[in-house]
Amino acid sequence: MTVQSRKRKKAAVDQGHCVACGCCVKVCPRGAISVAYGCYAQVDESACVGCGLCAKACPADVIEMKEVEG
Amino acid sequence: MTVKAAKHWYDYLWILSTLYLALGFVNILFAWLGLLCFFIPLLMALLGKEKGYCNRYCGRGQLFALLGGQLGLSRNRPVPRWLKSRWFRYAFLAFFMTTFFLMLLRTYQVFTGAGNLREAVTLLWTIQLPWHWAAPGTGVTPWVAQFAFGFYSVMFTSTVLGLVTMVLFKPRSWCVYCPMGTMTQMICQVKRPKG
Repeated sequence: MTVQSRKRKKAAVDQGHCVACGCCVKVCPRGAISVAYGCYAQVDESACVGCGLCAKACPADVIEMKEVEG
Repeated sequence: MTVKAAKHWYDYLWILSTLYLALGFVNILFAWLGLLCFFIPLLMALLGKEKGYCNRYCGRGQLFALLGGQLGLSRNRPVPRWLKSRWFRYAFLAFFMTTFFLMLLRTYQVFTGAGNLREAVTLLWTIQLPWHWAAPGTGVTPWVAQFAFGFYSVMFTSTVLGLVTMVLFKPRSWCVYCPMGTMTQMICQVKRPKG
């Protein structure tokens, strides 16, 4: 039996354009996103379930849902 | 399934922001309270609380999230690329600071007697709205009233701009070009540990 690798989606932040407002932090159901040093949002990929709520809420549209192996 | 986070006391600060706008229609002296929205974010950024104000306590951001998000008064479209560009955010901050300085200058002129008190609120830096009904009584020092009119103009204008971009784009689009947000982020960038 072969184990198939599944593609999962995870939030990815364009940190260069993030305004650090924290809208994403407020909507994340898993507490997987935080604002680092007051400069940009950072995703804890092990906690992110790829729901996309943060990307939807982000006023600057700097969060993209990207497929990752795993 | 979305797990609703427990509400905290600071999730209701939008009530204070709404009250602030309303009180400016009653007595302009309440405008002085708006200084809290200037000093608290800056002090928090300087004293190690980073972007804690934007992230948690900003009542205006909450108000936009409520109106644009929960009440659906937003098209939920992405903001134009130029609006989130660094040069626009810095230029808007510079413009905002310039108009703020001019407002202080006008207050100073009234203080020295070089200018007269104008009982008006300036919307979008150009439109003079008569506001005499909310003017304080004659017992109030003119420069104190002038600053209140000027400061309320700043708060009123930025709220109107925020509401417009809330409807056109995402609910909290204001946060993208909010001068206070840009300023506190700049402080955090400078303070960020290097390496």
